[in-house]
Amino acid sequence: MKKDIILAGVGGQGILTIATILGHAALKRGWQLKQAEVHGMSQRGGDVQSHLRLSDEEIHSDLITMGDADMILSVEPMESLRYLPYLHEEGWIITNSNPFKNIPNYPNEEDLYKAIKGIKNHLLFDADAIAKEIKANRSMNIVVLGAAIKQLGFSEEEISESIKAIFASKGETIVEANLRALVAGIKLSK
Amino acid sequence: MEKMMLLGDEALAQGALDAGISGFYGYPGTPSTEIIEYVQRSKQAIEDNIHRTWSSNEKTAMETALGMSYTGRRTMVTMKHVGLNVAADPFMNSAMTGSHGGLLIAVADDPSMHSSQNEQDSRFFGHFAMIPILEPSNQQECYDMAFYGFEISEKFHTPVMIRLTTRLSHSRSGVQRRSRISQNELSKPEDIFQFMLLPAVARKKYKNLIKMQKDFMADSANSPFNSFTMDAKDYSKGIIATGLAYNYLREAFGKDPIPYPVLKICQYPAPMDEIRQLYDKCDELYILEEGMPVLEEKLIGAGFAGTKPIHGRLDGSLERDGELNPNKVAAALGMPVKYGKDIPEIVTGRPPALCVGCPHADSFIALNKAVEEYGRGHVFSDIGCYTLGFMPPYNAINSCVDMGASITMAKGAADSGLFPAIAVIGDSTFAHSGMTGLLDCIYDKSNVVIVILDNSTTGMTGGQDYTAFGKLEEICLGLGVEKEHIRSFFPFVKNHEEMTQVYKEEIAYEGVSVIIPRRECVQTMKRRNKKGSK
Repeated sequence: MKKDIILAGVGGQGILTIATILGHAALKRGWQLKQAEVHGMSQRGGDVQSHLRLSDEEIHSDLITMGDADMILSVEPMESLRYLPYLHEEGWIITNSNPFKNIPNYPNEEDLYKAIKGIKNHLLFDADAIAKEIKANRSMNIVVLGAAIKQLGFSEEEISESIKAIFASKGETIVEANLRALVAGIKLSK
Repeated sequence: MEKMMLLGDEALAQGALDAGISGFYGYPGTPSTEIIEYVQRSKQAIEDNIHRTWSSNEKTAMETALGMSYTGRRTMVTMKHVGLNVAADPFMNSAMTGSHGGLLIAVADDPSMHSSQNEQDSRFFGHFAMIPILEPSNQQECYDMAFYGFEISEKFHTPVMIRLTTRLSHSRSGVQRRSRISQNELSKPEDIFQFMLLPAVARKKYKNLIKMQKDFMADSANSPFNSFTMDAKDYSKGIIATGLAYNYLREAFGKDPIPYPVLKICQYPAPMDEIRQLYDKCDELYILEEGMPVLEEKLIGAGFAGTKPIHGRLDGSLERDGELNPNKVAAALGMPVKYGKDIPEIVTGRPPALCVGCPHADSFIALNKAVEEYGRGHVFSDIGCYTLGFMPPYNAINSCVDMGASITMAKGAADSGLFPAIAVIGDSTFAHSGMTGLLDCIYDKSNVVIVILDNSTTGMTGGQDYTAFGKLEEICLGLGVEKEHIRSFFPFVKNHEEMTQVYKEEIAYEGVSVIIPRRECVQTMKRRNKKGSK
């Protein structure tokens, strides 16, 4: 069993937190993992991605092979499309629809949505709006994660445990907000 | 012991801590920064009082590490590839003195230039200095090579380079720890000539270094990190994969065994006898390297490729530049190349940019107004977040070459008659390499305006502290800048007019002016406020 996931977003949107939670859950299962991150200059408001590889067998490359990714998990709609060369035919694109506009020539959102809907397996939803609704404004990334766990083969219990472990030091309120976001995200999954 | 999830940088740091290191030295630089950052957070390092503060630059770091090695203790100096240029003098000469306590020089290269101005390959420097080089292919090897590196450094009394690249430095995986080794006791070198490079002594030492080359190569041939799989099904190709390239090779074949003979090389000098055997057995040779064609050129220079082809970055089998990936390696070996879908045309680039609220933005807006009448082309800049001032909407700077070059290039241009000649440099960059250039300006009474953007941190690498913090005015005064021409202001929207006025006044002054816009980096401020509210 192997899961190759491209996490996508803009610097500062919290994709590494998603990677940390999934990694924690995978390690609990005794799986191996590799997680390539972006540090340095590219972090400053630029596009960022993380290659997250989870497997019950040895993993060689830190980078995912193009055409092999099982999922693009994105917190920003345009960024979800930037990594299409990595996605295999049956792969999923699961993305927040709320754009992060920090460039003057940001494309028309409807065109982006059309392109996303053109991918066979996709989930497109406004994760920011959902996070707001459940009063977990800063947990948009966890809503996105929630929407993906079914396709990744993780149970709600496994991910909840990881969220509790990882956010424990930040206090009960933050753990609870993230657990609400997880449940709201799971509801979106097919 | 449970596995730790560590970045390649962190695995190397933890390995060194467990292998009995006494001190780390370095200057932040992507992708090497996380080595020392990890040590600064490490409880183990704090309890054992391991040296872990930043140095002013890579040269001072390298020399300090050499001093610690002199006392018999184990030490590591960390830097990015271009940092090794700064440290080149002590680096090259440390190969001549050799080490007393184990001395590791960890250099992180940045192929594809994710955060750098070039993609030079540090293995060239390692070969130039004629010292052993270790190039880990995964996080576990990063950890293990700290032990092994100290071992060979102390066995041969030589510094050892550990060459990392971005993908390994910044990728996380499980690392199994070993039992810890204790630190070395303080001891002076037995040989009083060891660290003395007077020509008469140096000549002898150089002969000795040359003599040791065959020992280094023999060590590589027996290295636990090099492997030689000569038995194979198919001898139409022979493959040499170095460092990370070995992983991409394995990935390209997936679960299938590799049908060709393979040499995995992670320790240099590369073992030539084994390479010769491989070459003799196969119809053609493929060389996969993350970085420049260092080994490929070496083999061609050594007379390989006379009768059989050598494929790699030089003959175009692999792109000459940029980092490798599994797809590139598969394509080079003539395997089917996978690909998803093209990126839709509507997707636009999202280059890095100054953060919202960044003090540098205000400094640039006011500076642009002050120099408007002269047209573009008067502002020399440097390495840091503020290099993003080149991008629209600011278009404020015209050069970025190396740490400190803003001041000296502005001086050269002023010497030549360019007016105004303005340098824009960060506070940490000024501490790294700006002071000597400023002294040159003072000495010549050059007509320059030097803007030291003080955000009170080393911003681009994520907010590390630096040696000249809180001392900028005193340093400038001490170097000889006149008190009335050291100006400072708070870069903020409301102050633009006043700031432009200050710039204009100092441009009008014929001589050396220093202007210090001072406001804390918004990122470090956010982090501080978060901590404070907890």
